[in-house]
Amino acid sequence: MDINVNEITKLYGPQKALDNLSFKVKTGEILGFLGPNGAGKTTTMKAITCFISPNSGDITVGGVSVLQQPDKVKSNIGYLPENNPLYLDMPIMDYLKFIGELQGVKKSELDNRVKEMVLKCGLNDEKHKKIGELSKGYRQRVGLAQALIHNPEVLILDEPTTGLDPNQIIEIRELIKEIGKEKTVILSSHILAEVEATCDRVLIINKGKIVADGTPSELRHKAQGNEVLKVAINSGERNEVYEALKHISEVDVVSFANDEMTAFEVESKPQTSSCEAIFKMCAAKGWYLTQLTPIEKNLEDIFRELTGGTSAN
Amino acid sequence: MKQIWIITKKELKGYFDSLMAYIMIVVFLGLSGFFTWLYGNNDVFFINRATMQPFFGIAYWTLFIFIPALTMKQMAEEYKTGTIELMLTKPISDWQVVTGKFLSTFLLIVISLALTIPYYISIASIGPIDHGSVLTGYLGLLLMSAAYISLGIFASSITSNQIVAFLLALIIGIFFQILFGITSTAFSGITGDVLSYMDMQYHYNSITRGVIDSKNLVYFGSIILIGLMASELSLVKRNIN
Repeated sequence: MDINVNEITKLYGPQKALDNLSFKVKTGEILGFLGPNGAGKTTTMKAITCFISPNSGDITVGGVSVLQQPDKVKSNIGYLPENNPLYLDMPIMDYLKFIGELQGVKKSELDNRVKEMVLKCGLNDEKHKKIGELSKGYRQRVGLAQALIHNPEVLILDEPTTGLDPNQIIEIRELIKEIGKEKTVILSSHILAEVEATCDRVLIINKGKIVADGTPSELRHKAQGNEVLKVAINSGERNEVYEALKHISEVDVVSFANDEMTAFEVESKPQTSSCEAIFKMCAAKGWYLTQLTPIEKNLEDIFRELTGGTSAN
Repeated sequence: MKQIWIITKKELKGYFDSLMAYIMIVVFLGLSGFFTWLYGNNDVFFINRATMQPFFGIAYWTLFIFIPALTMKQMAEEYKTGTIELMLTKPISDWQVVTGKFLSTFLLIVISLALTIPYYISIASIGPIDHGSVLTGYLGLLLMSAAYISLGIFASSITSNQIVAFLLALIIGIFFQILFGITSTAFSGITGDVLSYMDMQYHYNSITRGVIDSKNLVYFGSIILIGLMASELSLVKRNIN
């Protein structure tokens, strides 16, 4: 089910939380939503789930507008809100049944659905406990089970892994990937590795505007600029090697890598690659090349570059 | 309608799971029973007549105090824990949430009042009782409860602090319970008339006496509706800048 966010603006008093934001999510896509605190991630999610309505613009989920038929949209969405609010004094089973009923799961299927969710989210051993007695990780699972109970076409998860331990994070990620095979998933996070590990596509927003959009590798590529290589040559005199590298025509800057004695960081001139030339030079001089790896910018650098000014303040 | 009932069911179950319902029932039956049967210069044996009037008199005040305690968490807790977002992102409207919650508290009151039927049976068996006025007495109690529940939910819907919700509901309640009645005597003419019309005791007494006038029903009906609509409005407020 496609999600189409069309020029939405949301004001909180004089503050613009969303500024003419537009994007599309296709069926079967896992979209990662990145941005510094207060960028408008949560606001966007709240708008898609019909909790708040935008001041202008429209959102359609599977062709249905959130403004015209909110109930229809809501029944297609499974939503895990930020901080995972739950009724702490309800037992897990009752809670899931309650949400299932609200989401219009048929009475005859309800018990089976609840059981299925309990198994899928690994809650079987805890299922008779009250939610308030559960640890944070288990609560998060209840939140996910709740979002999935009616087998929604669209899944919206606001920071699904906050407060979990590394094992649980990996489990939840696996679960999200599994679900994302057939459904449309939007998840927000400010943990970049998480987005990189789970998402097909990344959307970075800042101050209510989209600043980057693409697959993680595309983004990395875009931000990369000139090629940077880490070169380690295990023979020859250090300064000699440095001079030799510098004289290659494609090479722009050479610097000593500070961690290893034999390594250099080599930046190529724009639009060129110096890999081949370095290799040939080593071969010609009979030097032993131990390392030749491109240094990739990670998502973190891109994120900082794009949203820098604001998150630093 | 189905959505409203799902909420009602959940909230009612919540009352019984959290002991709130039992405390309410026990204390309500205890207090009203004590004053109806045993104590004071108004109990059944003292006035020596088969009548439920002492019960209706005391129940009117007990419910007035109890209802804010029952409604205080209805919306306030949802705001505090953020579950309101969970609820409203399900296919349910603001109005359905509010009415569902209203009905759950109302049903709890209905259950408590149903448990006082043995009082009625006992009194009826010791003397001739006016069945009609008992019926209207219960009707009066239900109407005034519904009105205070609706106001209580409104009080709860404008704050995320339960204590504030409780006190606010009491303060709003005191106006209808006492203050409008008292101040109405100080004014003459139209102001006095309006104030005395706002006094809940006036309408309650007229119903329990067995006189059900449309103006009484309009009075209770409008308080209930205004309370619920105001609560809905404070939910809708999140979208108004």
